[in-house]
Amino acid sequence: MILYPFLIEILQVLILLAAAPVFVGWVRVLKCWTQGRSSAGIFQPYRDIRKLLSKDVVLAENASWVFRFTPYLVFGTAVIAGGIIPILSVDLPLAATADVIVLAALFAIARFFTALAGMDIGTAFGGMGSSREMTIASLAEPAMLMAIFTMSLASRSTSLSHMAEVILSGQPVLRPSIAFALFAFVLIALAETGRIPVDNPATHLELTMIHEAMILEYSGRHLALIEWASMMKLFLFVVLGIAAFAPWGIAPSGNLFALPAAFLFMSLKLGAAGVALVLIETGLAKMRLFRLTEFLGSAFLLATLGMLSYFILE
Amino acid sequence: MPWQIDLASYAVSMLLLPVVLAPVIARNQRLLSAIAFMVASVSSLVMIVAGALTVWSGRTQKIVLLIGLPDLPFHLRLDPLSGFFLTVIGLLALFVSVYSKGYVKGILAKRSITSLTIFYCIFLAGMYMVVLSDDALIFLISWEVMAAASYFLVMFENERIENRRAAFLYMVVAHVGAIAILLSFGVLAGLAAGFGSFSGYTFDAMRAAKFPLEWATAAFLLSFFGFAAKAGVVPLHVWLPEAHPVAPSNVSALMSGVMLKTAIYGIIRVTFDLIKVFPWWWGAIVLILGLISAVMGVLYALMQHDLKRLLAYHSVENIGIILIGVGLAMIFTSFNMPLLAALALIAGIYHTLNHAMFKGLLFMGAGAVLHATHERNMEEMGGLIHMMPWTAALFLVGCVSISALPPFNGFVSEWLTFQAFLLSPSLPSPLLKLLIPMGAALLALTGALAAACFVKAFGVTFLGHWRGHHRPNVHEADWFMRIGMIMAAFTCLLLGIFPTILIGWLDTIPEQLLGTKIATTAGAFGWMWLTPVAYERASYSGPIVFCGILVVVLAAYLILHVRPGAIQRVPIWDCGFEKINQRMQYNATSFSMPIRRIFGFLFHVKEQVRISPQAAHKAFPKKLYYSLRVRDRFWGWLYKPVIELSFWVSRKVGRLQQGRIQAYLIYSFLTIIVLLVFL
Repeated sequence: MILYPFLIEILQVLILLAAAPVFVGWVRVLKCWTQGRSSAGIFQPYRDIRKLLSKDVVLAENASWVFRFTPYLVFGTAVIAGGIIPILSVDLPLAATADVIVLAALFAIARFFTALAGMDIGTAFGGMGSSREMTIASLAEPAMLMAIFTMSLASRSTSLSHMAEVILSGQPVLRPSIAFALFAFVLIALAETGRIPVDNPATHLELTMIHEAMILEYSGRHLALIEWASMMKLFLFVVLGIAAFAPWGIAPSGNLFALPAAFLFMSLKLGAAGVALVLIETGLAKMRLFRLTEFLGSAFLLATLGMLSYFILE
Repeated sequence: MPWQIDLASYAVSMLLLPVVLAPVIARNQRLLSAIAFMVASVSSLVMIVAGALTVWSGRTQKIVLLIGLPDLPFHLRLDPLSGFFLTVIGLLALFVSVYSKGYVKGILAKRSITSLTIFYCIFLAGMYMVVLSDDALIFLISWEVMAAASYFLVMFENERIENRRAAFLYMVVAHVGAIAILLSFGVLAGLAAGFGSFSGYTFDAMRAAKFPLEWATAAFLLSFFGFAAKAGVVPLHVWLPEAHPVAPSNVSALMSGVMLKTAIYGIIRVTFDLIKVFPWWWGAIVLILGLISAVMGVLYALMQHDLKRLLAYHSVENIGIILIGVGLAMIFTSFNMPLLAALALIAGIYHTLNHAMFKGLLFMGAGAVLHATHERNMEEMGGLIHMMPWTAALFLVGCVSISALPPFNGFVSEWLTFQAFLLSPSLPSPLLKLLIPMGAALLALTGALAAACFVKAFGVTFLGHWRGHHRPNVHEADWFMRIGMIMAAFTCLLLGIFPTILIGWLDTIPEQLLGTKIATTAGAFGWMWLTPVAYERASYSGPIVFCGILVVVLAAYLILHVRPGAIQRVPIWDCGFEKINQRMQYNATSFSMPIRRIFGFLFHVKEQVRISPQAAHKAFPKKLYYSLRVRDRFWGWLYKPVIELSFWVSRKVGRLQQGRIQAYLIYSFLTIIVLLVFL
């Protein structure tokens, strides 16, 4: 029984690695349907990753070790984050490694190195992507912290497992503060994972790309790792939202038999999140870069309103 | 036996040896630099031992020196707080002294380093004495010695007009600050022992006294003003980005890394130790000024393209972050919440140590770049990672640390500050409850902007292609410089991975000042877990984050290298664009353009684009001139009026100067009459 939490830990990481491409595949399939195109199937991301892994790396002449190290680091931080966020169960030995603030910092370190890699080759596109990515991140970060602050008020904790436990053990009530925080979190997650209206993951049009501009020079296994990691990042933001706002179904500690049900709940919620994401992405157009201040400013405002409503109403 | 304080005083006196020897052996410059920096290293090492053991033991030791004014002897005292600052200064002084041995080699060929070594040692001794002193007299004397020595160090390359200008500005601000501190001590001493006697000048007398609120406020505001001028708190920061870049890089490292910290020491000493009882709005002042400094500092830094100037502005930012911790601690103390105050104070002093380490490292790295390329302008650099692999890797460690990214040290102290912020809802005042979280958001903004700034600094300096017009013969830093930087980088990593152990060591400081320890909760689950306040509340494990990332990265690397895949090196792809050249890269100005556009209203930005008139057609200009000027608004608001006023007054007073002996004799005569009549 002592090994049980470690098994869950391993299980979670495996689910993260396996399910992230499927989730992205699901989103792409839905997007094709809503736009009246035929899709390549839910497992296409797997085939992409396999193809990239089997190819040789083509590296620019002046690429330094920073450029070669970055894919591994980005992949590593995503996997670590997967061991910390309660995906299936709150019974994680690694959960105490990091609270939400550390998680945000783990994503930040991946972003820092990706931006450096974008500047390493010395192309105009790479620098442009890095500059824009860091700008967006600096606007998103205060909003993110405010949302965390609001979420932590009810549970008096920033540890994700503990937050989920508090919500699970209480009555499901609609708190206005949490509703505001959720809305803010959705806006921030769209910005952090580079989805429409902030960035378009499907574009390679030179002047609009942000994340793609930074990784333009990657190929082979490096590109595979970066693509995989960005799929995991999207997946992680969705499960982070689930754990913080709607953890119902996540197995409580010590209950082995709740795991299959937890898995089912997780799949259902992810499916629903995919639908919501696609509705947002097809319903909105990509914003101009300098309109993003308003977008992320409203996220900050919503989170602040959440905090105020907690102090006033609750 | 007070052996630690004896040790500390030996270490200070040791520093006088090179000062005395310097004129004697000035002919052999090589020997002089060897002796001076070796003595400085040894004395720093001794100081680390004395300071660290004092903090560890938590005991307070005092000695009374037999020198001083008649009947007013000098008092020295070594308690955990001063022990901590001795350790911080000692650590960075050790790294920088080793580094300096290599760094001054580049100067030796051009000029004499006698004055550099003399003032370097006096500067160190002055800083040590500031934190050791236990009465107002020796404190102010040491403070002035430190300021004067650093003035001469800034003036070291005095043939350049910008250096003289910067040094003068520094001297003026330092003295205005020193006057404020002097007045503040005057108020405290007068209230402690009555305005008629001199015995209130010792800190012990001030500690024993109880101050009425209005006088205590006056003393606090004066001393805070004085220390803030030294620390470079916005709006008193203007001297800092002028003076720090023009000093030799080893001195810049010390000035930014530890000299600013003596001001933090002063603030903590005066508020928590001497005055002790204060209302919450003192803390609010410190907190608000800290927040403004943090945000404005990093925004100014983003606008810079001079590497050392950029780092200097980051010192303003980090001083702000430290003050946020101190300010929160003051607010919590005034509401009688010692445990939370202890957490906030620990966050502040932890950041003090961290900032000393990574800012020292970054300035040493910038010095190595300057040494190799003779260039401070980042727009003229690029691709240095290929020519200076050691410096690049070590500078990157500094960048990651200062950007508050785990598992390095800057993250731990910012995380602790966030935790202190998150505890603010337990304050009884509704106003503070609502407003303090906004501060947390500003701190998050600061952290993210700092990361953007260091992507720019590292990316433009070390990555890409060489941007400059002519390519100098760049060489890697020598071993002395490398070892100095390696030690600092290693300390950054250790402080990031083992915060719990360090907090256990630091805990005697809140115990001394606030009467509480936090280690009982922070380290409740062993050295691996940092759990301030409570385990359920929040936790962080540096070792696991570090090892976890390391293991996954290694595993991914090994798995993917089972199949020996050849790496093909090819020219840049860039979407198939062929005519790319190194002038098309992003540079410092273009990198920060989006941020300049968003936050530009805080600055005086003047942007001009001019198309060359000789163009054959408007659509195909032959040349494009772009000029950008970003200026500090505070200069126009605060400093220009003062400067103009002082010029105006001088002009009026200047009329007295007639150049005729008769007029001067009349002045003397009138003065004597006035004195005789009124006294």
